[in-house]
Amino acid sequence: MLDLVSLSKRYPNGLLALEGLSLSVAPGEILAIVGGSGCGKSTLLRLISGLDAPTSGRASLDGTPLTAPRPEIGMVFQEPRLMPWLSIDDNVGFGIRHLPASEQKSRINEALARVGLASHAGHWPRELSGGQAQRVALARALVGRPQVLLLDEPFSALDALTRADLQDHLLELWHYDRPTMILVTHDIEEALVLADRIVVMQPNPGRIRVEVTPHLARPRDRLDHEFQEWKYKLLAELDHASRPPGGEELSPAAAI
Amino acid sequence: MSDLQENAPVASGGGGFASLGRGGLGLILPIGLALGWEVAVALHWADGRLLPTPSKVFATLWALGVDGTLPGHLWATLHRVALGFLFGVTAGTLLGAVSGYWTLARRLLDPTLQALRNIPSIAWVPMFILWFGIFETSKVILIAVGVFFPIYLALTSAILGVDRKLVEVGRIFRFSHREMITRILLPATLPSYIVSLRAGLGLGWMFVVAAEFMGAEEGLGFLLVDGQQTGRPATILASITAFAILGKTTDWLLALLSARALRWQDSFKPAE
Ligand SMILES: Nc1ncnc2c1ncn2[C@@H]1O[C@H](COP(=O)(O)OP(=O)(O)OP(=O)(O)O)[C@@H](O)[C@H]1O
Ligand SMILES: [Mg+2]
Repeated sequence: MLDLVSLSKRYPNGLLALEGLSLSVAPGEILAIVGGSGCGKSTLLRLISGLDAPTSGRASLDGTPLTAPRPEIGMVFQEPRLMPWLSIDDNVGFGIRHLPASEQKSRINEALARVGLASHAGHWPRELSGGQAQRVALARALVGRPQVLLLDEPFSALDALTRADLQDHLLELWHYDRPTMILVTHDIEEALVLADRIVVMQPNPGRIRVEVTPHLARPRDRLDHEFQEWKYKLLAELDHASRPPGGEELSPAAAI
Repeated sequence: MSDLQENAPVASGGGGFASLGRGGLGLILPIGLALGWEVAVALHWADGRLLPTPSKVFATLWALGVDGTLPGHLWATLHRVALGFLFGVTAGTLLGAVSGYWTLARRLLDPTLQALRNIPSIAWVPMFILWFGIFETSKVILIAVGVFFPIYLALTSAILGVDRKLVEVGRIFRFSHREMITRILLPATLPSYIVSLRAGLGLGWMFVVAAEFMGAEEGLGFLLVDGQQTGRPATILASITAFAILGKTTDWLLALLSARALRWQDSFKPAE
């Protein structure tokens, strides 16, 4: 169980990026976090991953406080962040150097096969397309078999087709070890395709506006009628979330 | 079809010129000048006493080689440069990595090193002779000092310029300080590090001359002084030629080794 108890984060420049955010995520749950730009989604993931420390509040995994990066928690960033000087297989094995060589080798091969890039093992990162590179980043995060996987807009730089492809792919990968996943996204469809539960955040300061549990059967069909209804509901929530409390109008597009 | 026959030599001539164009274009000027001087002296248009002709220089080089003195000089100089380069690179890499990585070390070290850097290293010569004597130690140290600075400077600033995003990947995987340096920072800075190695090597060759000016019994720098004192410009030029060949060869070797280490780079490749 991942527990966040009234997390707040104030950056050194005085900006309050998160205030009193509390949330619990069950093992194996897929949670999506949506919200407009600047509402603290990346900040939240950085706090959970231990890259940054909260100003107050606390995060814990099964009762263990999260104050520094932990082996049980993996992270996929918005960009692939592959090491350009390492071949693809070495990039995938980057975080499991402590394992015996034979175990590393078999895990790397397995991870690469799962993301469909086994034939690219010896290539350089520069020889991959954006979608392939992001799949390698996924393999790198999964090869250590984390209990919790954090994903910060992992597919936002990709075109719609590749993105839909990778979303389905992510679900397939989830089925192997069923890690808890926290997925930050701008894309409501992405949240609806993947998540068991969706948290909508609002800015100034960053906090949770509403939690939604879409009751949609899996596998989810993006063209399904119910799916579309949920999409409109969430769009409306996001629209409200991005409206300043004073009631000034903002275009819905600004929320996404 | 007789056209074809006539054209053939022209075409092959053109091909030959094109292939010369790649590697050999740079050779035209020096060879032309050398031949011109050779001809001018042969025709008594000029006196080759103060500037000996290339043939005379190579003859001198050959003679020095045959009587066995040249290998000794070459070896002495190479040995000094190699040792000085080794020490300079080691110190520059260690201190550069440390002061690039630890702010505390940088605050402690960097101001002093920056101040020392502004002293022309040759100015240390009298001090080094007093401290370490006139023999090998002071020479090697002078070369090491020359090699040290470009490497220290390049490495420190390159480490400070490494993409935070890559460093965060290392933090997610809980890299120790040593792993962070060896597995992320050093590889990421390798391109600028190699440039600094080549710059350092160039300075090493420069400083070995200065070092050998300060009283050596052997070495190419000694040959220079000897040629001047005995009034033999051909010896001076022979020594300079040997320096040029050695310097170019070692730099080429370094470039060759680094090309392999940098083959991952996704960099601009100019069109032919
Ligand atoms: N290192 C930092 N120092 C100061 N302020 C920061 C820093 N990082 C983020 N912020 C601020 O904190 C707020 C939340 O940023 P965060 O990156 O978490 O937003 P986000 O929800 O991920 O936005 P986006 O969807 O655009 O990625 C923003 O207003 C941002 O300007
Ligand atoms: Mg973000």
